[in-house]
Amino acid sequence: MVRIVEKKRLNPTVTQMVVEHEKIAKKAKAGQFIILRVDEKGERIPLTIADTDPEKHTVTIIFQIVGATTRKLNELNENDYIHDFVGPLGKPSEIEGLKKVCVIGGGVGCAIAYPTAKALHRQGSDVTTIVGFRNKDLVILEDEFKQVSDRFYIMSDDGSVGEKGVVTNALERLLEKETFDCVIAIGPLVMMKFVALLTKKYNVKTTVSMNPIMIDGTGMCGGCRLSVGGKTKFACVDGPDFDGHEVDFDEAISRNTSYREFEKHAYEKTCALLNKEVQ
Amino acid sequence: MPNMSLKRVEMPVQDGKVRSGNIDEVALGYTEEMAVEEANRCLDCKHKPCMQGCPVSIHIPDFIREVKEKNFEKAYEILKSTSSLPAVCGRVCPQENQCEKYCVRAIKGESVGIGRLERFVADWARENLKEETAKIPSNGHKVAVVGAGPSGLTCAGDLAKLGYEVTVFEALHMAGGVLVYGIPEFRLPKSIVQHEIDALEKMGVNIECDSVIGRSETIDELFDEGFEAIFIGSGAGLPNFMGLEGENLKGVFSANEYLTRFNLMKAYQEDSDTPIYRAKKCVVVGGGNVAMDAARSARRLGAEVTIVYRRGMEELPARHEEVEHAMEEGIEFKLLTNPVKVIGKDGWVCGVECVEMELGEPDASGRRRPITKEGSNFVIDCDCMIMAIGTSPNPLLRSTTKGLETNAKGCLLVDEKGMTTRKGVFAGGDAVSGAATVIQAMGAGKKCAASIDEYIQSKL
Repeated sequence: MVRIVEKKRLNPTVTQMVVEHEKIAKKAKAGQFIILRVDEKGERIPLTIADTDPEKHTVTIIFQIVGATTRKLNELNENDYIHDFVGPLGKPSEIEGLKKVCVIGGGVGCAIAYPTAKALHRQGSDVTTIVGFRNKDLVILEDEFKQVSDRFYIMSDDGSVGEKGVVTNALERLLEKETFDCVIAIGPLVMMKFVALLTKKYNVKTTVSMNPIMIDGTGMCGGCRLSVGGKTKFACVDGPDFDGHEVDFDEAISRNTSYREFEKHAYEKTCALLNKEVQ
Repeated sequence: MPNMSLKRVEMPVQDGKVRSGNIDEVALGYTEEMAVEEANRCLDCKHKPCMQGCPVSIHIPDFIREVKEKNFEKAYEILKSTSSLPAVCGRVCPQENQCEKYCVRAIKGESVGIGRLERFVADWARENLKEETAKIPSNGHKVAVVGAGPSGLTCAGDLAKLGYEVTVFEALHMAGGVLVYGIPEFRLPKSIVQHEIDALEKMGVNIECDSVIGRSETIDELFDEGFEAIFIGSGAGLPNFMGLEGENLKGVFSANEYLTRFNLMKAYQEDSDTPIYRAKKCVVVGGGNVAMDAARSARRLGAEVTIVYRRGMEELPARHEEVEHAMEEGIEFKLLTNPVKVIGKDGWVCGVECVEMELGEPDASGRRRPITKEGSNFVIDCDCMIMAIGTSPNPLLRSTTKGLETNAKGCLLVDEKGMTTRKGVFAGGDAVSGAATVIQAMGAGKKCAASIDEYIQSKL
């Protein structure tokens, strides 16, 4: 059981929670994730660690309310408890020795891109950040990113904030003039796919963070498998970071919809239950 | 007078058609009368051949003698003195390859139903005895156990009995390992596993769930925290796949995933938040106990199930009883058949292309090697495929612990005492042997507990 010490709504569908967990707070590195279970009947879901405070013993998670479980999680408030919280899982991002890096975050993926940008900034790397959102209401972590970025670009689908367009527009403009040791892209699968296609053209090493369906998160269930360079890999123990030029994104996109029908049904059921409680 | 019947007393079971629609336990267990009748088939041989087949050396004729006299409590004490999980072993041990294989009654007729009697006694005790587990005074030494599966729990129990302060670190949210995520309710009710775990906790064993050693903490950090020895019983790990075209289509699962959803997450229950795919037609690949468990679980969720195995009936590695039960539940066996390709439609599996096999000369394992019959390809339609073809050891501990050596397959190397290549770190169970049985893992846990005691005492 872990206690929620702080809850903040970052935008209408994205929530930030800070929880108490001394061991994870001291141990976690950028790129790693946790698995949580909201209550006794809950499913296990992976969430990437958005920030930690080793002194205060806190771990920050940021999640989008997309299904039954995240909806239930969002019902919890400060001083409530999350039933299970385990981590840090996965390999930390390999950022050592990178001098000039472009970090790309898409939507709620920014929550995962931020700790990486922060870690890069701390080790003295030159950090260029590009973030993309559908519109200005959905922007998260803008100030945080600015603090750890040498250059910061913001894109939106409708132009209501930053420049109108997608992250690859900004990236391509940069790549025409300069190069990076590495591009680190974290966001929707489709975004990562197109970033990887673009950087391949410019021959720039690209790391993506995969977030597939997972149960145990320790290398037991095999649900999180991906094709990387034609080989089957497990995101929980081999990743979650992979070479973006090797990942079979189309397969990953397809596999992530395995339980769509169930999830839709569960979400509606949860909403109905919660609404009933409100009435 | 001994009961000289050549046949053992039948075990009552739920009817095949009925049980394929529920998840309740299949085998119902002996009544007192049945147990006494079966116990009387034991000849109480002086040389106790059955005992040499038991990895934890249960005093078999001794406990059976007590059953004959209806001294069930005494019988239970005898069981408990060597086995920490008798209710589990009585259900899931492959007794036919162990104790019962050496029973003299098996020379002419059927062996004594040792497993059934073990189960009876353990169940009787659970229902009739109020176990007073006195907390043993601490000897002041701390031992860490990694993994709360059969080997870890056994090791922890034995050490606690000796007075050690034992902490078991479990990666999942619940203790039990394969007993809770792998073996289904209908074969091993989870309340029984919980009962055994509760007993360990009452003895003073501290179980910390949600702790992934290698990630949450490393082996070295455990030593820094004052643990004097560590037992690794982290289990089998990563599921194997065949590398077939289409194997990553939606609807293709590892048995581990399917069973974890079914068992640990209780996805068969309406109020579970964890989804599970309820297939119409399911193909299960493999012939071991895990394949049987997956097939029978899918059957209970309403699927028509076909088991595909590349060797023949004789070679099926699953327990005979499990195969029989699967057949009674209407599961079809396609033997001497091997999948070569997974066929998909719109990203979801819709069929498995297979070839027929024939058996050639025996291979290194002593089993006849299956050879493909060229041109015999055919397709089995399905909307779900479950791969149950074994596992490879989990890389987490060996990749985060310096000096922990493994063999080419990734299994931890240990000496005859069960110590790994790291001083004070012992290991047993599937992490050492590769996928094996619950009782073998328990045997290893037991041996390591004795070695750890010796190791710590020798340092004093």
